[in-house]
Amino acid sequence: MIDFSADHFSLLNLPRRYRIDTAQLDREYRALQGTIHPDRHAGAGDAGRRLALQASARVNEAYATLRDPAARGEYLLGLHGVVSLADTDTAMPLDFLTAQMERREAIGEARDSGDRPALENALAGIATERAALEAELAEAIDGQGELEAARVAVRKLRFLDRVKHEIDDALTETEA
Amino acid sequence: MALLQISEPGESPAPHQRRVAIGIDLGTTNSLVAVVRNGSAEVLRDEAGRTLLPSVVRYEENGRVTAGAEAQRHLARDPRNTIASVKRFMGRGVADVPNIENAPYDFVDAPGMLRLRTVAGPKSPVEVSAEILKALRARAEARVLEGTSAELAGAVVTVPAYFDDAQRQATKDAAKLAGLNVLRLLNEPTAAAVAYGLDNAAEGIYAIYDLGGGTFDISILRLTRGVFEVLSTGGDSALGGDDFDHRLYCWVLDEARLTQLPPEDTRLLLIKCREAKEALTLHGVARINAELSDGRKVNLTPSQAKFFELTQHLVQKTIGPVKRALRDAGLAPADVQGVVMVGGATRMPHVQRAVAEAFGKPPLNNLDPDQVVALGAAMQADQLAGNRAGNGDWLLLDVIPLSLGLETMGGLVEKIIPRNSTIPIARGQEFTTFKDGQTAMAIHVLQGERERVSDCRSLARFELRGIPAMVAGAARIMVTFQVDADGLLSVTAREQSTGIESAIVVKPSYGLSDAEIARMLQESFQHADDDMEARALAEIRVEGEQLLAATGAALAQDADLLDESERAAIDAAAAALAALLSQGDRRQIKRAFDALGAATGGFAARRMDRGVQSALTGHHISELA
Ligand SMILES: Nc1ncnc2c1ncn2[C@@H]1O[C@H](COP(=O)(O)OP(=O)(O)O)[C@@H](O)[C@H]1O
Ligand SMILES: [Mg+2]
Repeated sequence: MIDFSADHFSLLNLPRRYRIDTAQLDREYRALQGTIHPDRHAGAGDAGRRLALQASARVNEAYATLRDPAARGEYLLGLHGVVSLADTDTAMPLDFLTAQMERREAIGEARDSGDRPALENALAGIATERAALEAELAEAIDGQGELEAARVAVRKLRFLDRVKHEIDDALTETEA
Repeated sequence: MALLQISEPGESPAPHQRRVAIGIDLGTTNSLVAVVRNGSAEVLRDEAGRTLLPSVVRYEENGRVTAGAEAQRHLARDPRNTIASVKRFMGRGVADVPNIENAPYDFVDAPGMLRLRTVAGPKSPVEVSAEILKALRARAEARVLEGTSAELAGAVVTVPAYFDDAQRQATKDAAKLAGLNVLRLLNEPTAAAVAYGLDNAAEGIYAIYDLGGGTFDISILRLTRGVFEVLSTGGDSALGGDDFDHRLYCWVLDEARLTQLPPEDTRLLLIKCREAKEALTLHGVARINAELSDGRKVNLTPSQAKFFELTQHLVQKTIGPVKRALRDAGLAPADVQGVVMVGGATRMPHVQRAVAEAFGKPPLNNLDPDQVVALGAAMQADQLAGNRAGNGDWLLLDVIPLSLGLETMGGLVEKIIPRNSTIPIARGQEFTTFKDGQTAMAIHVLQGERERVSDCRSLARFELRGIPAMVAGAARIMVTFQVDADGLLSVTAREQSTGIESAIVVKPSYGLSDAEIARMLQESFQHADDDMEARALAEIRVEGEQLLAATGAALAQDADLLDESERAAIDAAAAALAALLSQGDRRQIKRAFDALGAATGGFAARRMDRGVQSALTGHHISELA
């Protein structure tokens, strides 16, 4: 059905790079699910249906990883033997951390006062910053192979993801 | 059953072998069953020509159970034993149901799921729902199967997209209890998207806004050349038209200074409020006229403005989830091409206005909000039954509505699978021991978005035992969550540091143990002995017809393989079976059926030899090496 030992990139028929053609990724993903999804094997026996379930879950995992900029970076670094989120590795540039502390304080205030425009502003700021980090990450991995720089970028992206979730939750609170 | 059928390659089996599969919309207020016939989906009607089956079940002292319009007539007269909106109680305990104090039932709280006390004993919401499903199954059997040799292959049953695991499991159990083979649990908005999308050849981003009697769902989908991809979903599984009725009811109590009503009066006024709510939509005016059991009279005329004022906050409650769903999908309202309205409660003008405002465009109302879910379910059922092979198949990629996680130290939840993940999905997380020599670990599975265990819904608890004694932090326990295409979770835990695997699979079951389901099944079979016999008879008749048809076809092709006495024996056995098919009882038919099978055994073997030989003669020897 599918090769369970293949990495995410070869599973979805993409070159193993950080910069990917997301439209192609979407196409490959849909085509693959079109043949392996459990609904395509509803008439198969128990074993066949179980296999379809596992294959489809495996492809969903690959797609979700590659579609997400931070997860894709982390995964790609992993393929290069670099663990980007090891517990021991706490060093983050101080200026980055300070900036994020300030940002989180502002978010907290905006949440408490129900200031939606401020929250939406913060979201937009994060989106810009993420785009810059993604470009940096692509350069570091696909270009010079600067894995250490790539690792820092991935960790920053992860950090921003968490801040984004906080803002999302704060917005949800103001909508309740 | 000895005859081998050999059909031409590429030739489809005879039309009578088409597998009939139905789609069921098991609604809070109304339920429907639909089926695909001659390539198009249609909702099935009852003898009186009605499509909607009111989701009401009545239990009587003599053991009689009725579902639908007949039960509905007794709502106000026999409120304790006549159960409406049972869907609100699926997979729920007493503490989980909002406004439960106003429901005119006698609840028994039970671990996992409440029960309703009736004259026929305490009933689980699963059993009550099964009665609705049985009525729909009977309708399908009468309308589609009767007089044909087709069999019911199974059903797609819809659930609100925002149903959690407990509510889904309860729905699946109800279907099993009703004797249905569940091909798939399908999310209601996704079903609606299928019906809408295929009918309109829609492409792009669509939102489905579904406000029914008791549940609210919002799903955002991307439609791309036959792929229906759910990007995000949100909702409230305890918000619907019933709550609007309830607001009006509270207003009536206030206006008429009523307190402490008996259940008959509560039910009567709730019915009147619902009628008034619907009248306000249709005519802009309404009157609530009722005589209570103590002779007091209620006579009120709520204005539309009053009604909007009473219920605007309920409408607003749907907009938060809409915004969150858009955010989760990473989209702005302007990215949405069309908003499809589903569910009877979307007819209300203030709902229409709020949705138009949230999306910045008027919603689409060009389909029947009552039928679209059942139609989509029927289309999916037809595909899953294998009736469309290669014939313009579409694909549904759905998501889980709520995050799944595990309890960790300090009463916090570690999320394993985030909401809006595409299913099926499997994901593992490693945990370790907290104390030296710890040999067991408590695993607590939760669903919800909040960080604290107490704010999430507990799905299951189990213990992993037999962990080899080691220092704290040395054991490696992998806990794997798997969510299948029905959105149902199973959990596996395995200790892997030592190579000793102690794995346990947990299917959370929320209040209904397998033993209880087995007991309910048994009971329903006892009540339905006649039913069973009738079913078995229908089945053997179908098989008999198929065997006769196959025998006829085989004789037409290969009669030269038989000598005269063999041929005579087969003809006699076939004639005996044919004669019994319409009048004989099940046992007689079975005997004749077996006799024909025995008479044709040698014939089948010779036909197979010939079949193999003719297949071989078409090839060169070299090809077979
Ligand atoms: N004209 C109307 N105006 C207001 N509400 C309506 C109207 N028609 C139906 N409803 C409401 O819609 C709800 C039932 O919707 P339906 O889609 O059948 O629900 P469900 O899927 O939960 O069974 C009920 O609360 C009913 O009162
Ligand atoms: Mg509905």
